[in-house]
Amino acid sequence: MPTIAMPELQFGEVFANIDLFLEACGLTLALWAVALAAGLSGGLLVGLARLSPRRWIAWPARGYVELFRNTPVLVQLIWFYYALPVLSGIQLPAFAAAALALSLNASAYCAEIYRGGIQSVAAGQWEAGRALGMGRLRLLRRIILPLAVRRMVPAFTNRAVELAKNTSVASIITVHELMYTARLFSSQNYIPMETFTVVAMIYFLLIYPFTLASYALERRFAAGRA
Amino acid sequence: MTVAGDVVLQVEDLHKSFGSTEVLKGIDLSVRRGERIAILGSSGSGKSTLLRCLNVLEMPTRGRLILDGEAVGKPAAGGATRYREAELNRLRARVGMVFQQFNLFPHMTALENVMEGPLSVLGRSRAEARRTAQRHLERVGLGGKADAHPARLSGGQQQRVAIARALAMDPEVLLFDEPTSSLDPELVGEVLGVINDLSEDGRTMLLVTHELGFAYHFATRILFLHEGRILEDGPPEQVLKSPREERTRRFLDRFTAFRF
Ligand SMILES: Nc1ncnc2c1ncn2[C@@H]1O[C@H](COP(=O)(O)OP(=O)(O)OP(=O)(O)O)[C@@H](O)[C@H]1O
Ligand SMILES: [Mg+2]
Repeated sequence: MPTIAMPELQFGEVFANIDLFLEACGLTLALWAVALAAGLSGGLLVGLARLSPRRWIAWPARGYVELFRNTPVLVQLIWFYYALPVLSGIQLPAFAAAALALSLNASAYCAEIYRGGIQSVAAGQWEAGRALGMGRLRLLRRIILPLAVRRMVPAFTNRAVELAKNTSVASIITVHELMYTARLFSSQNYIPMETFTVVAMIYFLLIYPFTLASYALERRFAAGRA
Repeated sequence: MTVAGDVVLQVEDLHKSFGSTEVLKGIDLSVRRGERIAILGSSGSGKSTLLRCLNVLEMPTRGRLILDGEAVGKPAAGGATRYREAELNRLRARVGMVFQQFNLFPHMTALENVMEGPLSVLGRSRAEARRTAQRHLERVGLGGKADAHPARLSGGQQQRVAIARALAMDPEVLLFDEPTSSLDPELVGEVLGVINDLSEDGRTMLLVTHELGFAYHFATRILFLHEGRILEDGPPEQVLKSPREERTRRFLDRFTAFRF
């Protein structure tokens, strides 16, 4: 009967180089922040376009959403890094390509959240605003969005958490974020198990406070409604 | 100029269809300033649709709408009318509407609900909007509820806030679509009382209601709508007590069948 050698875990090696990983967190966070901000703002525009009664506005918006939701984010990333230069002659730096792809992807998902949220507001709210003489934009800003956003918080949280994890695919196109650093470190030191255990913990510590904050926001909105 | 007795609102040959069903089949109506008109009719006769056409929440399919002598919209091909969004918004600001379901903004307090129109449509300053809003809340007997959110108010109180919200725009014409139909019976009185008190302002009001007794005392004129047409139009005394049409009589009989 062959004996199975218990590997000797070398967490010490990982923690000795923890500053490498913490530095890489900077890029991970930057990617996340850029894509989330772009997703929340671009998504609003695309979501509104989706709801437009004018086909020449609504249909391109729909096409965009379908394209980005029905292809893998990894493929999108690679496309912007490797295919875009061939087609347009513009070679984006790795970080810019990753940020662009993740932003467009997040905008597509957020657009659908906005669309659903806006449609969930009772028709009577639109009517009451229109009866006062409010224009569409003002009505959206003052009445519809404040009501819709309260209901959208859980969906946005979901998307934001998903997005934080998706930043790891940027490692494929050599963005030196957390995942890239982890892969490099583990292959140089032959300690993948220790490395990725620590990296998982780092991701958790980055994302979990965000989740907690969004729970608090949900509670605040729930309290305000009463 | 606003002289009591002028025609303030006029519709000519108003038609409204939803798809292939024609709901309003040619309404001619001339409303004089200061008139209080109660609109009666059975369910589905087109009462709500008529009111909603008067402040163009619904676009008329055909016909003309004239507010203060000015025709709304531009004539387009085939007898239709083209409306511009900005023009409609200006018109809606002058023709207020109180809904059966109140439709208060749930994320705003009572005071903020009443301030919203003056703030964001009339461009009033915050201080001024607040002052007039408070005054209107007091007018409907809710000065003490300014900071309450709609969810904390009874149905009757919510409807009174909705009335204050409409009043804050100082509309030339105020429309009520069954303002007490979704209220518990014991709350109907407080809302009708508030509406009745508005009579002293001399404001033009049109009210869809099933409260015949209230209509009799409140209105200066009663319309009876039947299948998208005005079947009866006259003073309350005449329409309610000696209607011209058989249809009207049958409608009124349904209300008196259980009188004791
Ligand atoms: N948006 C709409 N789309 C399709 N049909 C509609 C629409 N609004 C109203 N209708 C139809 O028009 C007819 C008249 O409706 P309306 O609401 O004006 O009646 P009403 O006299 O106010 O009735 P009620 O007393 O029940 O409120 C009804 O048959 C209704 O189904
Ligand atoms: Mg109705």
